[in-house]
Amino acid sequence: MATPETTTAYETTGARASGEPMIRFEEVLKKFGDLTVLENLDFDVAPGERVTLIGPSGSGKTTILRLLMTLETLTGGHIWVDGEPLWHMPKGDKLVPANEKYLRQVRKKIGMVFQQFNLFPNMTVLENVTEAPIRVLGKSRDEANEKGKELLERVGLEAKYEAHPSQLSGGQQQRVAIARALAMEPRVLLLDEVTAALDPELVAGVLNLLREIAETTDITMLIVTHEMHFARDVSHKVMMFDHGQVVEHGPPDKIFTDPDHDRTKAFLHAVIEER
Amino acid sequence: MTVFQTWDMDFALEHLPELLDAFVQFTLVATVLGSILAAVLGLLFAIIRRVRVPVLAPVVTVIVEFVRSTPIPIQLFFVFYGFPTIPGIGFNISAMTAGVLVLGVHYACYYAEVYRAGIESVPKGQWEACTALSIAPRYQWQRVVLPQAIRNVLPSLGNYVISMFKETPFLYVIGVTEMVTVAVTQIGGDAFRYTEVVTLAGLIFLAASYPAAVAMRKLEMRLGHA
Repeated sequence: MATPETTTAYETTGARASGEPMIRFEEVLKKFGDLTVLENLDFDVAPGERVTLIGPSGSGKTTILRLLMTLETLTGGHIWVDGEPLWHMPKGDKLVPANEKYLRQVRKKIGMVFQQFNLFPNMTVLENVTEAPIRVLGKSRDEANEKGKELLERVGLEAKYEAHPSQLSGGQQQRVAIARALAMEPRVLLLDEVTAALDPELVAGVLNLLREIAETTDITMLIVTHEMHFARDVSHKVMMFDHGQVVEHGPPDKIFTDPDHDRTKAFLHAVIEER
Repeated sequence: MTVFQTWDMDFALEHLPELLDAFVQFTLVATVLGSILAAVLGLLFAIIRRVRVPVLAPVVTVIVEFVRSTPIPIQLFFVFYGFPTIPGIGFNISAMTAGVLVLGVHYACYYAEVYRAGIESVPKGQWEACTALSIAPRYQWQRVVLPQAIRNVLPSLGNYVISMFKETPFLYVIGVTEMVTVAVTQIGGDAFRYTEVVTLAGLIFLAASYPAAVAMRKLEMRLGHA
């Protein structure tokens, strides 16, 4: 496993010596009506880096993923993906709000796996995985099927190509959802509490699959999870959030064993007590 | 002539083929064509309103409110007798064409509401998954949202087909020779015997719509359990 260089949050002006970050948040502001969820948020994620966001619910972790996936609109600031502005497009030498076409172009680099799987119930497992490669990437059906079967085999579902999602267990559905996201060959993969809706005995299988993907690919990952062992295993960096702010961040060993802030200690204590 | 006539079976059987002929040629054809028009136009209306297409969306709203607030016979009169007299745009259309148009547009307005409910029944996560996969709006609708939406409301759509079917006798007011017109004005009027043919017409409607209604209820249960 390649160890990416440590990134520095907060120091976001100017390109880092190591090159462009894969993701950059710059003075990001997100409000839902009068409620401010994220304010003045700055951080970078390097290419290939895997970052876990932890913190109490309502601290803005999921909102960060949803902003990146353009499922929520940005209230203020800038988000950059692979050097391109996500919510703005260059026009002359200015940045103007992105239109739908531009958004679609940039978001192709990003894939997401949801807590509720969100598989297409009207399609077979294989169709779920091949639909976007065919319609969006313009692959031929044969090519997409071949790649789709390969991916489904990788997630352990080679016997289920023709099944419909409703015939699968939650764990199997989530594996299909992971294969579906990977089929788009994203540079960035967002994992939004992907095991939170699963029966306890199915969690380990999905997490092991994700560990395997983390070890064998260089996809940049942003992970929101309450599975602290998993977070520790796969991430290069952990960011602790509270009230839309980064409380602290650092390598998982440091954050999980010797955090600096009381807020982090209290949170970890509560999460570990729960189990 | 007595008010109460006894049932004349020979008279009934003699005219049954005429009734069935009119039933197939006009009643069924008007229902099928009207339903197809309603299904397509209603879907268009629903999508225009959902996507809030500028200009078109408010126009659709006006059409829907207007059509739903006026009775079918008035609409038939207007389209068949009124429309051809409009200077510049009016032209003559056959009674059957006018009938199919009116039934189709009338029910499209109800279908639009059914589709709307169906579209809203598709979970938000389905749209979000499409966004996450960068699937273009056209395919989101075509491949993900509509197949699920339509499946959910298939029984309601079917019930409106049955309802339209039972309203085809209104075509009488513009002179379409559908089954009830044939029974009342042609056969009944000629022989001054109405009981047999009108009863038969009623039974033919019943024979067609009751099994259809039962089938829709079964479909509803099956989809509900799926």
